[in-house]
Order: sequence, then structure tokens, then C-alpha cells
Amino acid sequence: MSKKIDFIKRFFQDFYLVIILIFLYAPIATMTVLSFNNSKSRTQWGGFTLKWYTQMFSSDTIMTALYNTLLIAFLSSLIAVIIGTAAAIAINGMKRVPRTIFMGITNIPMLNADIVTGISLMLAFIAFGISLGFKTILIAHITFNIPYVILSVMPKLKQTDKSTYEAALDLGATPVYAFFKVIFPDILPGVLSGFLMSFTMSLDDFIITHFTRGAGINTLSTLIYSEVRRGIKPSMYALSTIIFFTVLVLLLITNFAPKKKI
Amino acid sequence: MNKKLLSGPYTLWMIGFTIIPLALIVYYGLTDRSGAFTLANIIAITTAEHSKALWLSLGLSFVSTLICLILAYPLAMVLRAKGVGQGSFIVFIFILPMWMNFLLRTLAWQTLLEKNGVINGILTTLHLPTQNLINTPGAIVLGMVYNFLPFMVLPIYNVLVKIDDNVINAAKDLGANFTQVLLRILLPLSVPGIVSGITMVFVPALTTFVISNLLGGSKILLIGNVIEQEFTKGSNWNLGSGLSLVLMFFILISMALIAKYDKNGEGSTF
Repeated sequence: MSKKIDFIKRFFQDFYLVIILIFLYAPIATMTVLSFNNSKSRTQWGGFTLKWYTQMFSSDTIMTALYNTLLIAFLSSLIAVIIGTAAAIAINGMKRVPRTIFMGITNIPMLNADIVTGISLMLAFIAFGISLGFKTILIAHITFNIPYVILSVMPKLKQTDKSTYEAALDLGATPVYAFFKVIFPDILPGVLSGFLMSFTMSLDDFIITHFTRGAGINTLSTLIYSEVRRGIKPSMYALSTIIFFTVLVLLLITNFAPKKKI
Repeated sequence: MNKKLLSGPYTLWMIGFTIIPLALIVYYGLTDRSGAFTLANIIAITTAEHSKALWLSLGLSFVSTLICLILAYPLAMVLRAKGVGQGSFIVFIFILPMWMNFLLRTLAWQTLLEKNGVINGILTTLHLPTQNLINTPGAIVLGMVYNFLPFMVLPIYNVLVKIDDNVINAAKDLGANFTQVLLRILLPLSVPGIVSGITMVFVPALTTFVISNLLGGSKILLIGNVIEQEFTKGSNWNLGSGLSLVLMFFILISMALIAKYDKNGEGSTF
């Protein structure tokens, strides 16, 4: 009897998981299917085609936006990793009060609403006299990426043993040499995951980019937004599909990369 | 010694690009075009047009948050019951959409809901009358729930998975039934995750302008749309900043809630 109840319980659990999965993935699957649809209609299957993909790759606007997106994602993650890792090391060595203040400020861009972050940066750029464009998008992305780097490096730093670093210094290593030989290898996984997370966040961002870009420059997100308001073209589905699978691969790498055995 | 130097770039960066910008919103929000102090930009929230947008935003994001909670809690419980560890693949697929470009997720729903979209297409093939799905408050709620559901699942799951099985077994041994276990053990112990999840859903839902723009058409204005238009089209930055300050008031309330109920960051998403 109890076995039967157990079975029913299990069935309902699985059923619920499947329902939610369908809810989460059906829309994305629909777009993927439509990106291969030869007919422009969204309800009729006109046969398999790759023409939306070729159309996408031959479009100058889309390719420029793609280039901007990747360049901004790469540069902003790289700079965020450098500033963020340095900051994490400094914060880790701080006393309680300054550490709390620093971590509080670190949390602001993460907890604040994107629209407020975007507007505030836009106002600041105009006040500082920096004209809106590539530069300002880059600065904005670095700003919201640094906290992710700090939060992924911090736990690794806490695990490192201070005395090995001090031993290296005692044995005559310069602080920089000791850092790269002793501490850096330990925190490297945190630095890398901070980089990949920043990269993903930057690829994904729309709202903050929307406010900090000037006229004439587009990232993929802002391009999609302006295109979609004029009516969806199938090449947008092709673009969506590519972005989806890129992010999927990036996340699979960050989450399931074989961990180095110690 | 040189440790202080390391925090230098970060300190400068945060002052320049986080603190000064926020101070500027406060400055613009509290002054008029000539730079004189005024509260008019904040009081502007009480005008019929703006207060309607604010109430609608609060209402829709409240409903979305509630639906997310109702969907996410059982899901997190099932995931916990399945005994899958943190960082397992099953958990990953439920969290994955969180990292997808939300513009694309909204675009996907637009495709499904539009007048000649996929759902109406299916209805037509079944000889059923087509439905007016898009440009309704319901479509916006659906978009919000879809976009923000993983933000609710993750913190609740993170808290639930840490609850010791022995606690639950002890309760059962002492004669507690399922409802009692849920109400007296699981719910109280998962409060940090629930509060964190509510904030993670409520704040972006309250401030969105993209979902309302793509799924609500131009007729349904949320407070996010009003602010966005002040900055991109209307160019009354003082008014836009004043309304943002009103929004920040709600964001601060949620941050205070998190600080109160999730002291150790147990329910944090990252």
C-alpha cells in the first residue's frame, strides 16, 4: 500500500518538474524551430532552411553589433577581473569596519534596479562631459562586472593560507613574485569564474546599455530591441538561437568544467 | 602597506561610477531645471497619470511575485526530495534561463502570444476562436513570471537543501503529518530564501519597462516606462530622477527586508 502511495507521490513530483520545464523551455524551443523555418509565417512549417542564418551573417548592422558586444564583453570582463581581484585581495586584508563598508558598496550595483543604475550612469557621464558611445558602455559594464569578480574571488582568498605567502617572503621572494607563485594559483579558479560570469552578464545586459549608449552604436541586445519594436524578422530568431547556445556553452563550462584534483 | 594601494583603483571606480551617479539622481530629483531645490518631481508621482502607472506596476509585480512563489516553492521542495545536490545538472536546467538574455525570453513570448502568433495559430488549426492575448495585463504578468521564476527557485532551493533530514524525520516520528512538517518546519526555516526570492522577483518586476513594452503594447504604461520615456524621449531628467527616487524607496524597503530576514546571506543567489 505505502509503495503505491510512494509511486503516486513520485509520479506527481516528476509530473510537476516536467510541467515547469516545458513552461521554461517551450518558448525558447519555439524560437529555435522558427529560426530554421523556410516560411515567414509563425504558424506554418515551410521546410528546413538556413537562409535566416546566412541573412544574419551577411547583415552589416548585425555583424557590427556582434563585434561591439563581444569586444565590450571581453574588455569589460578583463578590466573588471584586474580591478576586482586587486580589490578582493585588499578587502580580504581589511579590518572589520572598512571591510563591511566596502562589501556594502560592492553590493549596490547588484541589488539596485538596472534602470536606476543605467540612468545614474548616464547622468554621471553627461556631468563628467564624457560623450555617450562605446567608451561609456564599456565603463558601465566594468562597473556592474566588478562585484561579480569580487564575490567569486573572495571565497577562494579566504581558503588560502597566509603563512605560505609569508614563508615565500621570508625566503626572499618579492611580494609580486610571491603573489604570482603562491596566492594566484590558489585563487585562479575564482578569477576565471569571475571572468566568465562577467562575460555572460555583459553579453546579457540590455537595460544599462540602453541608457549608456549614444546614438549610432548598438550591441546585440539594443539592436534586437529596436528591431523587435518594428516587427520581428526571422533573422532575429536565428540570432536568438545563436546567443542562446553560446550562453549555454559558456555556463556549462563554468558549472561543469572538470575540477582539478588536488 | 601595498594592500591599501590595491584597493585604490576600485575605490576610485566605485566613487566615480556608483556613488557619484547615485548622488546625481538625488540631486536631479530634488531640483528643477534651473537648479533650485524643489520637491515637485517627487510630488509628481501623485498626478493621475503617474500614480496610475505606479499602482499598476505595484499590482502586477505583486501578482507576479505571488505566482512565482506558489510555483517555485513546490518545485524547490521536489528538487530537494529528489536528493539532487547543489550544482547538479537537474538544478542547473531550472536555473539556466536566469542567465539567458531576458530580451530574448520576452521576444519568445511575444512570438507565442501575438495576434498571428503561435498560440493563435494552433487555436485556428483546431477550429477554435483566436484569443486576444498580447497587450493585456495578463501577458505582462506572464512575461514577468517567466522571466523571474528562476530568481525565486534558486534562493528557496539553496535554503531548503541545507535543512537537515533528521529534523524532518524527528518531526514525523513525533507524529507530525505533511502539513505540520511544512508549516512548522520547512516554511519557518526557509524564510531567508523566501524573502530573498521575493526581492529578486519584485524589484526587477516593479522596475521593468521592457516586458511592458514588448508584451503590453504602448497603451499599458508601467512606472518603468514612464521613467524611461522621461530620459529617452521627454528629456525631463529632473522629473525622471524624481520618479526614480520614488522607485528607489521601494528598492530600499526590499533591501532592508533582506538585511532583516537573511542576515547570514543564506538565501543569496550568488
